[in-house]
Amino acid sequence: MGDINTAMTEQYRNDFLKEVEANVEEGQWVKMCMQCGVCSGSCPLGPAWEHPPQEIFMMIRAGRRDEVLKSESMWMCTSCYNCIVRCPRELPITHIMHGLANYAHRLGLAPKMNPTRRFAKMFWKNLTKSGRVNEIELSVGLYFMDGFKTGVARAWAMKDIGLGMLKTRRLNPFGFVTHKGCKDKKGIQKMLKKAQEIEDRRKGFAA
Amino acid sequence: MARKEYSFYPGCSSERLTSASNYMVSVEAMCKKLDVKLNEIPDWNCCGASIGYAEGGELPRHVMNARNLAISEQVNKGQDVVATCAACWLGAKETKDRLAEDSDLLAETNEALREAGMNLQYKGEQEVRHMVEVLIEDLGYDELKKPVVKSLEGIKFAGYVGCQTNRPFGIAGESFENPKYLDRLVEIVGGEPVEKYDQKVTCCGGALAFSEPEKSQAQIKKIIESAYDHGAEMIVTPCPVCQMNVEVYQGQINKRYGTKFNIPVTYYSQLMAVAYGGSAKDAGLNGQIIRAHRLEEIAAKPVR
Repeated sequence: MGDINTAMTEQYRNDFLKEVEANVEEGQWVKMCMQCGVCSGSCPLGPAWEHPPQEIFMMIRAGRRDEVLKSESMWMCTSCYNCIVRCPRELPITHIMHGLANYAHRLGLAPKMNPTRRFAKMFWKNLTKSGRVNEIELSVGLYFMDGFKTGVARAWAMKDIGLGMLKTRRLNPFGFVTHKGCKDKKGIQKMLKKAQEIEDRRKGFAA
Repeated sequence: MARKEYSFYPGCSSERLTSASNYMVSVEAMCKKLDVKLNEIPDWNCCGASIGYAEGGELPRHVMNARNLAISEQVNKGQDVVATCAACWLGAKETKDRLAEDSDLLAETNEALREAGMNLQYKGEQEVRHMVEVLIEDLGYDELKKPVVKSLEGIKFAGYVGCQTNRPFGIAGESFENPKYLDRLVEIVGGEPVEKYDQKVTCCGGALAFSEPEKSQAQIKKIIESAYDHGAEMIVTPCPVCQMNVEVYQGQINKRYGTKFNIPVTYYSQLMAVAYGGSAKDAGLNGQIIRAHRLEEIAAKPVR
């Protein structure tokens, strides 16, 4: 991944805005931001952002590539879409933040230990395995992602919730074995592989 | 033949023994009374949900949604696609919009779709709608009132609309800041909506309830506190993620903040299933971790 990062840096030199426009989902909108700050003020997790969206937009234009892509900020997006509906310029801010997070992740620059990045990765792996989410595997996987010992402690802390879900039949205790997912698993996986290839080619990620 | 038929996209959390299986049970009961037929999209797959973007990127996410829509076009011809889950609806609708305005993305999507079985091609023929839209727009409040045989009189509900049923698409004619349809649905079944529920559209943290529990629980606390402050006895919501987040973390929030939260969080469809004369089981009330006792009592009473 480091190689792709170097290649991108060389290709776009100091024009980070151009790089974002070419490679980030909905990135072509970034230059339209007028710095009013409504997005930052509307974000439910606003105070948790090291650089709120408004700042991120300005930093992109100022070419602060590393600071943006290595930031935890975009990973605070809860996908609530408040910023989108309130933006006076109607920028698709949520999608741009998603796009930036995905781009940073693809380049290997996103913060390694960010919990949302790690959870999202696990989530995608989970859903693409069978075509549908396997909830028990996802939650157990999340508790145990830092090893067995922390996993046991986390599972213990969550035991009341887990038991509640089991008792109300909203969690399948045998889901590891019985989860079926889609019939056309193989087809879905082939389809996703193809989609990834096409996207990589378009965005210059292909080897 | 049923009065209305739709191509149904249930989504992962609606399956048996999953987090919103009680939502599904109540939707089935509600639709039966309304004579609405839901034709499940065969072999549907996950929409990618709100955090699919991080690993899934752009095209793979759209391809996942396009597969469902393409199957629907092939099998459930001429029907609108209906989703009960906010994220499923949003994901599918977003893909439809994006592919409608970008012919390159559409061509790439179809190129990838050919790799899957069933000889699929996405054309963009069908509308993608939320169950609430179907209820309000296709049937209308008056029709929704007709099957009511029991009143939920005396119960005050905080109508928690949340995010993704409300933004960025929302329900036509409703405002993003103060949508009223959920309150109207509460009124139809005889309940009393909280008029000034100031956390009606506050985010519960969504998927970040898993990855950033403290930050999400601070959000959830506001949502519940405001419901209590306005005298609500229950919270009602149209979204599976909202329902789960607001219900299941109450114990942890109590520990963290010293609160004594214990408020049931129900789905609009559960209220309707009970008001339409369904049993507690029909309404999926056995799926509540915090039991909705008042609803169970009403459900147990014989229809007069």
